[in-house]
Amino acid sequence: MGNDAVFRVDGLRKSFGLIEVLGGVSIELHAGEITVLMGANGAGKSTLVKIISGVYDHAGGTMHLAGDNFAPNTPAEAIRAGVVTVHQNINDGVVADLDVATNLTLDRLSGKGAPLLFNPGRVRREARAVADRLGLAIDLRARVSDLSLADRQMVAIARAMAHQPKVLILDEPTSSLSSAEADRLFALLDRLREQGVAILYISHRMSDIRRLADRIVSMRDGVIAGVFDQKPLDYEGAVNAMLGRKIHLDRIEVRNAAKPILTIDALRIAPGARPLSLTLGDGEVVAVTGLVGVGKTALAETLFGLRKPLSGTMHLNGRPYAPASTGEAIAAGVFLVAKDRGENGIVGGFNIQENISLPFHKRMSRFAVLKRGLERTTARRQIDELGIVCRSEKDEMPTLSGGNQQKVMVARWMAQDARLFILDEPFQGVDISARRDIAAKLRASANGRATLLFVTELDEALETADRILVMSEQTIVGEHRNTDVDLDRLLAEVAGGPLHSAA
Amino acid sequence: MTLRDYAIRYGFIVLLFGLIAYFAIAADGFVSPQSAVFIFQSVAITGVLALGVTATLVVGGFDLSIGSVATSAMMAAAYVMVVLEQNVVVAVVVCLLIGAIVGLINGWLIVYMRVPDLLATLGMMFLLVGLQRIPTEGRSIATGMTMPDGSVANGKFSDAFLALGRHRFDFFIPNLIPVSVVVLIVLAVLIWFFLEYTRFGRMMYAVGSNERAAELAGAPVKAYKIWAYVISGVFASIGGILLAARLGRGDIASGNNLLLDAVAAALIGYAVLGAAKPNAFGTAVGALFVGILLQGLTMMNAPYYTQDFVKGVVLVVALVFTFALSGRGRR
Repeated sequence: MGNDAVFRVDGLRKSFGLIEVLGGVSIELHAGEITVLMGANGAGKSTLVKIISGVYDHAGGTMHLAGDNFAPNTPAEAIRAGVVTVHQNINDGVVADLDVATNLTLDRLSGKGAPLLFNPGRVRREARAVADRLGLAIDLRARVSDLSLADRQMVAIARAMAHQPKVLILDEPTSSLSSAEADRLFALLDRLREQGVAILYISHRMSDIRRLADRIVSMRDGVIAGVFDQKPLDYEGAVNAMLGRKIHLDRIEVRNAAKPILTIDALRIAPGARPLSLTLGDGEVVAVTGLVGVGKTALAETLFGLRKPLSGTMHLNGRPYAPASTGEAIAAGVFLVAKDRGENGIVGGFNIQENISLPFHKRMSRFAVLKRGLERTTARRQIDELGIVCRSEKDEMPTLSGGNQQKVMVARWMAQDARLFILDEPFQGVDISARRDIAAKLRASANGRATLLFVTELDEALETADRILVMSEQTIVGEHRNTDVDLDRLLAEVAGGPLHSAA
Repeated sequence: MTLRDYAIRYGFIVLLFGLIAYFAIAADGFVSPQSAVFIFQSVAITGVLALGVTATLVVGGFDLSIGSVATSAMMAAAYVMVVLEQNVVVAVVVCLLIGAIVGLINGWLIVYMRVPDLLATLGMMFLLVGLQRIPTEGRSIATGMTMPDGSVANGKFSDAFLALGRHRFDFFIPNLIPVSVVVLIVLAVLIWFFLEYTRFGRMMYAVGSNERAAELAGAPVKAYKIWAYVISGVFASIGGILLAARLGRGDIASGNNLLLDAVAAALIGYAVLGAAKPNAFGTAVGALFVGILLQGLTMMNAPYYTQDFVKGVVLVVALVFTFALSGRGRR
């Protein structure tokens, strides 16, 4: 496409400390077009959005809006210039305790030229105008806190549109919507597209992308990995550009499973999802891959007793397994290293030793009194086993690097023998050497248990697993033995569509 | 460790000893067994309440109802003995039950009804302040009082119960240590051991620091939170028993300062030894610190009405120690 781009980003760079997050990103947005931006976690999407919306400043590169230089210092400047962003967290975009009309006109309450007194009649008139332009059918007097998530999302977008922007950026707007709710959002976006707004739409959901995209831009590790604008759009190519193999990996010795440890029959984890079945054997490492939001974490949580399946059965060691709590799961020998260690794993007030012993207090105490000597020797052993770099087992967690923090999380759950060891995104925010260490440790210690990893990045699955399962739309859609993986088929399964070529 | 680390770690203890040294020189008779016992006695009841509220602080909560639990327990003890003419055991059991039940209700409101801790316990505080006046139509309870129906209450505080407030144990010097001080010390050691050395205490700290991580480590988080409020309620009711035994009547107007003093002691405790978190040892030191300061000032003839101001200053300084200097106040 030529020079008709409304919004243009050229060679944008951004670093946090020594880590380069954006390494020269160029992207164009055209009026009346929806450009989808895809990228795995940590690819730099959020950073890019935050620079465009004026939250961060950039270290290098230029941005142009309708031919003029665009370099907002604050979010308000970006909005005034005509670039409006609706962030992922819906509640950031609305004030829950105010009514819809006030929310739609909120930005006119302050700033230059705002009247001193609040005039409810005028607010309602202005809000009505905004709502009509977008065909919004919501009671303007309703309080936002009484609305459904989808309606709140509509209000947030309508509020953004009240500025009549040239560019609208939506960051994963459907991540908490049902499919019927998402359809209403799509209808609204179609309307905006007809009105000539240039839309940048960030999403992982293939169904959204198939429904909306005019162009797809794939991002990976802070650079644009591919632009797809030829109809029909090459969805698998886009997924491949975002997730595909980037480095040549050492072959792993693929093992076959011994006797089964966990069997799952016809398990349904979400309404409308097809039931899934699988068997995990002693000694094997199985990776489940798939895009964000396809149910990987839901499956992990079901196995760990955090949520109940809608139907289906599980057997562990041949006995029925239906944990009602995490405590029951742990007692049965099912351990989970949860994703997002800062949120779900690390106890900030505890040092390394106390973090490692956390799940096994009962086994480490006599008459409820903790055996501190045992706690210390266990921590020291685990620090050695996983090669955690620290001064001593008494170090506080914030002093450790991300990779070492993650090693502590893995060490915590490897301190006792598991029957089923689940790791959800264990390589998130982990440097390459720590990732190798953890993967090697998992493989070396795999005998005697089944190991199940949930990873979005294909590389991580390919370099650690004996078997790779693919999830899409809350169920398992493919299985591969990790010897000569048919990458085309695997990517097609990840992308969720029918096979284009019989490769 | 840098100088700054030393300042954070030992600053408050140094301040405490500096204070003692200053009063020892400036105030006659400050350094004597009687003076020490008086300090302990003056902080015994608030100290017991503060140790209880420490448990709720550990799980990341707060209990504003402790003061009213204590006064409710006091009124209940008086009612049981004076009006219902029951013995000491019944009175004590009723008080402890009140504490436990209020704790359970607080926990239930916070965990299952999702009422924020400050609001739930604030509501409970109002409820109890009102409730404790209903049986006697707002009157204080003492032997010989006239009941709403015109009858006269002839029961009296049993001697055994009054002994809880008035008996003194021999300790080198005859009749030196009051029961309330012994209760304080025993409870302090118990809760300190519980929080620091048992797996339940450790998990309570985990719940307070990262609830989600504790749940994912298999802990029944809701139960831990409810138990923390039960501990707080029971400790407050023990404080109420001691208060009733000291006063010998159910005084509707007493115990106004209990809540603020106890909370201040627990919060001052954050600064002791640079813990930057609620801890039983710190709470005990915090309560003592306030007691020593007030005793010393009183002996130097500072007027009574400056007391609250002094406590407030100490609390603010301690909070600065905890949150600004140690930089660990990111809760």
